Amino acid sequence: MRRRRAAAGALGLTAAMVLVGCGGEDGPPTLTWYTNPDAGGQAVIAQRCTEEADGAYRIEVSTLPREASEQRQQLARRLAAEDASIDLMSLDPPFIPEFANAGFLAEIPAEMAERVSEDVVAGALAGATWEDELVTVPFWANTQLLWYRESVVEEAGLDMSEPVTWDQLIEVAQEQDLVLGVQGTKAESMTVWINALVASAGGTIVENPEAPTDEITLGLDSEAGREAARIMGEIGGGGLGGPGLPTADENANLSVFQGDRASFMVNWPFVWTATVDAVDAGTLDAEVLEDFGWAIYPQVVEGEESRPPYGGINIGVGAFSNHTDLALEAAECVVAPENQAEYFATNGNPPASTAAYDDPAVQDAFPMADLIRESLEQAEPRPQTPFYNEVSTGLQETWHPASAVSDSTPASSADFITAVLRGERLL
Amino acid sequence: MSTQITPAAGGRTPQAAADQEEAEVRRGHEAERSDRTRAEARLGWYLAGPAFVVMLAVTAYPILQATFDSLFRFKLTAQDEREFIGLGNYSMILTDPVFWSSMWVTLLITVVTVLVELVLGFALALVMHRAVRQLRGLLRTAILVPYGIITVVSAFAWFYAFDINSGFVNSWFSWVPGIDENLNWFAETGPSLFVIMASEIWKTTPFISLLLLAGLAQVPGDLEEAAEVDGATWWQRLKRVVIPNMKAAIMVAVLFRALDAFRIFDNVFIMTGGANNTQVLSLLAYDQSISRLEIGLGSAISVLLFLCVLLICFAAIKLFKVDLAGARGEG
Repeated sequence: MRRRRAAAGALGLTAAMVLVGCGGEDGPPTLTWYTNPDAGGQAVIAQRCTEEADGAYRIEVSTLPREASEQRQQLARRLAAEDASIDLMSLDPPFIPEFANAGFLAEIPAEMAERVSEDVVAGALAGATWEDELVTVPFWANTQLLWYRESVVEEAGLDMSEPVTWDQLIEVAQEQDLVLGVQGTKAESMTVWINALVASAGGTIVENPEAPTDEITLGLDSEAGREAARIMGEIGGGGLGGPGLPTADENANLSVFQGDRASFMVNWPFVWTATVDAVDAGTLDAEVLEDFGWAIYPQVVEGEESRPPYGGINIGVGAFSNHTDLALEAAECVVAPENQAEYFATNGNPPASTAAYDDPAVQDAFPMADLIRESLEQAEPRPQTPFYNEVSTGLQETWHPASAVSDSTPASSADFITAVLRGERLL
Repeated sequence: MSTQITPAAGGRTPQAAADQEEAEVRRGHEAERSDRTRAEARLGWYLAGPAFVVMLAVTAYPILQATFDSLFRFKLTAQDEREFIGLGNYSMILTDPVFWSSMWVTLLITVVTVLVELVLGFALALVMHRAVRQLRGLLRTAILVPYGIITVVSAFAWFYAFDINSGFVNSWFSWVPGIDENLNWFAETGPSLFVIMASEIWKTTPFISLLLLAGLAQVPGDLEEAAEVDGATWWQRLKRVVIPNMKAAIMVAVLFRALDAFRIFDNVFIMTGGANNTQVLSLLAYDQSISRLEIGLGSAISVLLFLCVLLICFAAIKLFKVDLAGARGEG
């Protein structure tokens, strides 16, 4: 008798476990938030919003691959199969038009769009928009600064309180036989550099980003495109990027910048937290950190405001989610300015909300916080087209290695990308 | 084939002699199959049947699906715009320089790695075969270790060893002319391909040497002894006795490795991602179907890759007369 009861109990328990395992409706619905890998900040926010929801929903974090392009691949393939498990996702802005165009993102109600756009820096707002509608919620916004070594600048006699130009950087690196930190690897980071150069020269890579694939025209074959190519070719051809340039990504740049031949580097603010941490851990001399300086992204044309790179993460709501209403609510909680401020202070990712910059914790952890906000206001997003992947990979295909970039690169690159978009070439 | 002395012919037991006789009968009267061969064939089907069905499900179905998809212009993010274009994808691919340069790089990697692995693998097989009994186990394990390592892991290990920022190769080998601390292995085609091929060779030589070891074990010892008594040098014995007797095993090893090498992906993906003209066919297919989400185009490349593999198989079996059964000692 006892045995039978035990068996029945076990059966009941198993059934309950199966129900829970299948996401049965006992308890609050679970929202899955696909996040890019970070220092754990998004998981903390998920936890906090779960508590704030007070039983309305629970947020579970699921981590995506490290590379932005791989994050896109995984999400796009799942969404193409109408995966209902994707409630919230951390999206890299360049891929947002592709997702919005394919109908992968749930619509954001007008009042909510108004609320989450309030006080958001211009670059982040532009990156979250597709066809004049807010399709994602700005979460954190990234931008590159010009990092320099005080000692080098002093010797060169440069006045860093005024914006400097790429030509000045090239000159200093040549004179003192030092290495410039730029992203020359055949990856997304190289597209970021090209885009910033072309935009700072007053040009644009894609002239009509919202056009269908066979009507897209590229603005590379222009004065601005050739000016960008000249700067890249001079740095690459002159060996100013060091021997590691053809494989240099942001992390490789940082390790060179912490070394003996450092001069200038364009890079995201994570380099600051990473260097502070390295000094705290005792793996780096504190003098190196003291030698760090920062300024706005370098100009291409003297006297014309530069257009620094814009990156970051926006929150998208999956179109096939079973709980889009709850997911929208959760997205709004995630991007609350206090969450953004803490995320910046603890994880080093700058907020999209201007209000978050006034937080004392932020000002404390990042002495350059105001400069970051300023840089975000003049930042230029990468081409916002549903065919961004083709454009970016096409650029990498034709502009790598930097040492081979010449006056004819912009034109041949534009021809190649156009042919790829028309379906006439492989990538 | 029949003039060669097979292991069975050197048999000393009556059973082996009977087997040999039966094999000859089988060769002579292929049509009149004995009860025993029929029973063996039936047993073979029973044993291989379940695996065969599974293979059909997991390989035949995707191959057919890919062939079907390759006839369409089909992008995963624009599924409504799917359009039948017949062989359009194929004609585009076959006239594209990127495809052909990937093809040549793939062929280069295949030929070089298989040749080097064959020589190295044979040497290792000889060492394993001749090793003193006490050392044999240890030696075989040591030689097999690289093969047990996951390709992605080995690719990362080689990448970081040669990487200009974190690698140790440049400082360890700075005495070699051409290598110094400023050598960026992954900045140019030659050095990149060298590292890719070296890691491939390091990882898969054990596989080829294992197959060759099986072949060596088949070479009857008394043949070699007889040759030695006749005054043949070590080299002559190797060339005239050992190698001809293990030709089947060598060809099978070459075929298996060539098919594997032709589909190389992990090393290139991890180390260069196809930069500096190191793009290979598998990576090209990956780029189209996974990165660009162009299912039609990617499927077409996959089908072409599959056809190339079939061609290699066909060439090996028909032209070089590889006898797959021979490797098991049935020839």
